[in-house]
Amino acid sequence: MSVDQKTVRRIAHLARIAVTDEDVPHLQGELNAILSFVEQLNEVNVEGVEPMTSVTPMTMKKRQDGVTDGEYPEKVLRNAPVTEDNFFVVPKVVE
Amino acid sequence: MTELTHLTIAEARDGLKAKNFSATELTKAHIDAIEKARALNAYVLETPEKALAMAKASDERIAKGQAGSLEGIPLGIKDLFCTKDVVSTAGSKILGNFNPAYESTVTQNLWNDGAVMLGKLNMDEFAMGSSNETSAFGPVVSPWRREGSNVSTGPSGAIEGTHLVPGGSSGGSAAAVAAHLCLGATATDTGGSIRQPAAFTGTVGIKPTYGRCSRWGTVAFASSLDQAGPITRTVRDSAIMLRSMSGPDPKDTTCVDLPVPDFEAAVSRGVKGLKIGIPKEYRVDGMSSEIEALWHQGAEWLREAGAEIVEVSLPHTKYALPAYYIVAPAEASSNLARYDGVRYGLRENGRDIVDLYEKSRAAGFGREVKRRIMIGTYVLSAGYYDAYYVRAQKIRTLIKQDFEKVYAEGVHAILTPATPSAAFGIGEKGSGDPVEMYLNDIFTVTVNMAGLPGIAVPAGLDAQGLPLGLQLIGRAFDEETLFATGQVIEDAAGHLALPQPWWA
Repeated sequence: MSVDQKTVRRIAHLARIAVTDEDVPHLQGELNAILSFVEQLNEVNVEGVEPMTSVTPMTMKKRQDGVTDGEYPEKVLRNAPVTEDNFFVVPKVVE
Repeated sequence: MTELTHLTIAEARDGLKAKNFSATELTKAHIDAIEKARALNAYVLETPEKALAMAKASDERIAKGQAGSLEGIPLGIKDLFCTKDVVSTAGSKILGNFNPAYESTVTQNLWNDGAVMLGKLNMDEFAMGSSNETSAFGPVVSPWRREGSNVSTGPSGAIEGTHLVPGGSSGGSAAAVAAHLCLGATATDTGGSIRQPAAFTGTVGIKPTYGRCSRWGTVAFASSLDQAGPITRTVRDSAIMLRSMSGPDPKDTTCVDLPVPDFEAAVSRGVKGLKIGIPKEYRVDGMSSEIEALWHQGAEWLREAGAEIVEVSLPHTKYALPAYYIVAPAEASSNLARYDGVRYGLRENGRDIVDLYEKSRAAGFGREVKRRIMIGTYVLSAGYYDAYYVRAQKIRTLIKQDFEKVYAEGVHAILTPATPSAAFGIGEKGSGDPVEMYLNDIFTVTVNMAGLPGIAVPAGLDAQGLPLGLQLIGRAFDEETLFATGQVIEDAAGHLALPQPWWA
């Protein structure tokens, strides 16, 4: 399978990465090189094979469903580019 | 007295205990070496004040007889590990001056045992690369040079000539250990990022079994594949460091609740009575005769030490790398969705929220990271999920079953080459076709796909005088056999003479 330029733009948008017109052709070439490399997986008979969900056979650890951490907004916000009154600031999303 | 920077971790530990030198002297010697080696670009951040404060505290604990297992040992930390109040970048611009309010479990374990932090080490951006060329902070220069190479530091102190890459993604870790800029370094391995740079720089690197080290506080790349491990100059040192890094952690549900064995005690166990498998599928087309000869030599060393060598078959080997290039980007596209320009890191303003995301991510991520996020987004997108992602996860099951079958036949460990070649020069690979670079991980990636432990041990030099490594793959949670077997290879190969400091 290979991707056309329209698909490259669609993937970039889904991935939330802005691309310029100059980016698209080389991205298309690189993505298609990778997709053609993984094409060989179609040779493998995978009928009846379970997809892997956990690489080590272990039961997932569980913990009490309780609050064990928090109450320090200044730590949560200390790396945020823009904040106001202990909130993250984003452009207006609702009219 | 041997130069303090040339000690092994084991020797430094014994020397500190015997009070032959102090932790402060040991740390100062490394700080001096790092200052003189800036041209190598191994460290992205030096933390000398912190190192000296930690060394002073170590000296006090040593005086009181309260020394931990790594007391006073100066280490470098790959910049993928979050370190409290010390900028952590993952080799990316998108994290900006991210300053964590917390410490990763792995590094906290090291500090609890008394280790000293010298600084943060350069790496491929988000650990995506095999040469350290994708770092936002520039490539790392390998301390190794080809015989007759003209690479040197010019009048300005900058590197001149086509230098070699140290491998990646833990390129700063491997270069710093090989250049004696720390006694050992933390590293991480998603497809070969500990073992390949170790092989390229004549150092030892082990990726433990998935779940041995906590992933908490380590910047995530592909969560089902990522594991931390050490890079050191000897097998024994890797055993010492891994013991400290490992252990259960309530903050990571994929970190196992198993006691950590005394890995160092396993180092001198020998290989008598062990069955070592040689997988025929690793004899790939176009493999260099030097690598092939080294592999034979490795098997011969183990046979002479009392192991039984058997040929084994891992039929799905060739599908591991293509399956990895579906699974790893898929997980990465999901993990890296968090870099949104809102909560931390780089922000580019946009006319609305989507525009802000798209511009911030376009400006913050490098080319390799972008293409992996895009491949991951594509293979997970509607209509392609079954054809790509589910199929790759099925193939992963088959790869794991290959190993299980071989181990069920009584094989204790598997011997393979670590890399298909010695280190290459900067800019030599992957500029046109990304797959050319990916092929570096052909021998290491199977191990991540199956969650098994793997160690790379230096075993010889090629015709250009560059190090080559052998890899041993073990059973799940049996790192001890890898340390025992690795030590036999190290003893037989003899210690490689690491490069003289031509950069200083």
